[in-house]
Amino acid sequence: MAEVRGDRDSALDEALNGVTFEQAMERLETIVAKLESGDVPLETAIELFQEGMELSRLCGRKLEQVERRIEMLVEGENGPGRKPFAPTREDGKGE
Amino acid sequence: MEQKVLSIRDVNRYIKMKLEGDGNLQDIWIRGEISNFTRHSSGHMYFTLKDESGRLKCIMFASYNQRLPFAPKDGMKVLARGGVSVYERDGAYQFYATAMQPDGIGSLYLAFEQLKKKLEGEGLFSEALKRPIPRFPQAVGVITSPTGAAVRDIIITLQRRFPSVPVLLHPVSVQGTGAAPSIVKAIETMNRLGEVDVLIVGRGGGSLEELWAFNEEAVARAIRASRIPVISAVGHETDFTIADFVADLRAATPTAAAELAVPHAGELRQHLGHLQQRLVKSLRLLAGKSRERWQHAARSPYFTQPRRTLLAQAERLDRLRDRLVFRAQAQEARARERLARLSGRLAASSPTEQAGFARKRLAGASRSLELAMSGTLRHAQSRYGSLLRQLDALSPLKVMGRGYSLVYDEQEKRLIRTIGEVQPGDLLRVRLADGRLDCQVWGIHGEENTGG
Repeated sequence: MAEVRGDRDSALDEALNGVTFEQAMERLETIVAKLESGDVPLETAIELFQEGMELSRLCGRKLEQVERRIEMLVEGENGPGRKPFAPTREDGKGE
Repeated sequence: MEQKVLSIRDVNRYIKMKLEGDGNLQDIWIRGEISNFTRHSSGHMYFTLKDESGRLKCIMFASYNQRLPFAPKDGMKVLARGGVSVYERDGAYQFYATAMQPDGIGSLYLAFEQLKKKLEGEGLFSEALKRPIPRFPQAVGVITSPTGAAVRDIIITLQRRFPSVPVLLHPVSVQGTGAAPSIVKAIETMNRLGEVDVLIVGRGGGSLEELWAFNEEAVARAIRASRIPVISAVGHETDFTIADFVADLRAATPTAAAELAVPHAGELRQHLGHLQQRLVKSLRLLAGKSRERWQHAARSPYFTQPRRTLLAQAERLDRLRDRLVFRAQAQEARARERLARLSGRLAASSPTEQAGFARKRLAGASRSLELAMSGTLRHAQSRYGSLLRQLDALSPLKVMGRGYSLVYDEQEKRLIRTIGEVQPGDLLRVRLADGRLDCQVWGIHGEENTGG
């Protein structure tokens, strides 16, 4: 039984990995609304709940990712490239 | 020569009429520097416009200056539109301004208005063309100058709100002659790369000239043609550019653009926590409801006291059976009663009785018939007897028996009653009581007395 569950969870994980944050959030909101309507058989409710919790975890994980990826496009000698970018603090000109 | 004396009022009024009637002095534009600027509590503006060669007193009424796109102040070079007239009381002519704009960029204002009208006419600002900004962008593209406050504001805000979202900056120059083409090219490049799903295009605040690239037609069209939704972020809250009108969303400042581009991660986390709570709560509720239903079902007397429900049914069966028997009996009794009633009526109207009655009537009738018949017969018999006697008495035979006879003609067809009926020599037949005589007339002798 535990093995079957494990399989299912990993399958779910895999299915969820290709999902965008937006899709995951929307699916999660739909699931919550469905469950709150109370108009679901218990078996379905449990499945939805599991999926919802998984989505919630996934969204949480995506939110926590703090890999700063700020890049600037640059015109290199051999075509366009990109390099990391950090805004300068000491600038007087501008605004 | 007599001179006519005029009042000052007449003169001033005449001059005023002259000036106002002169097309060269009405609805004209003048250029100058503002000095002695005062704004009266009534809202009217009083100032002097001057240039190297002279000065002109000006007034701009509140009804006109309300819509000024800038705040005039001393030393400011402006272009003013209006007409010259006279303030009669002072005998002073002055310029009545109806519109005013900072000088030097007057032509830019004009170009701005013209382009705005043109693009609006083409429907480029239509709300229907505005695409929604994704709720959770995968990556944000920024098109602005790599130096300056704008890019810093945008990136810091993006980081603060949603640290995990990748940012791709396309550096451009945002003012000067090369600005517009570089912005156009950047928008095109971003679309070609297709890595980001929302674009922030903009720069910090500045003068109209500094912001001008964002009023260029090419930039406006590039924004409208972008497949990626565009948030415009040009200057300060009060600055409006053509880019703002064509963009899918207009942000007042670069910081605001970044806020509009991504959700706040903290708020999202909260929202997520809230959703999770709702998940748990609703499942619990559902489970509770299901348990309740189950308990309710399990508590049913059908399960707790199955015998009792059976007995109840048995009792019900008995009752029903009783009712059935009672009903059947009652119905039978009614039927029997009805049968008796009908038999009685039938017997009452039996033909036997009628037959008896008829028989009696028949006997009575036969009797009276017989009685009547014998009576009639007797009467007829006695009448017959008397008639017979009468007849017998009247019979000619009887008369003939007494010696009378009857004289007929030869054929015995005609009774001869007078002598006139015969001729001498005629043959006659005479009937007597016991036979006939054939006779011939010998002579005829009439009687004197015919009574005889």
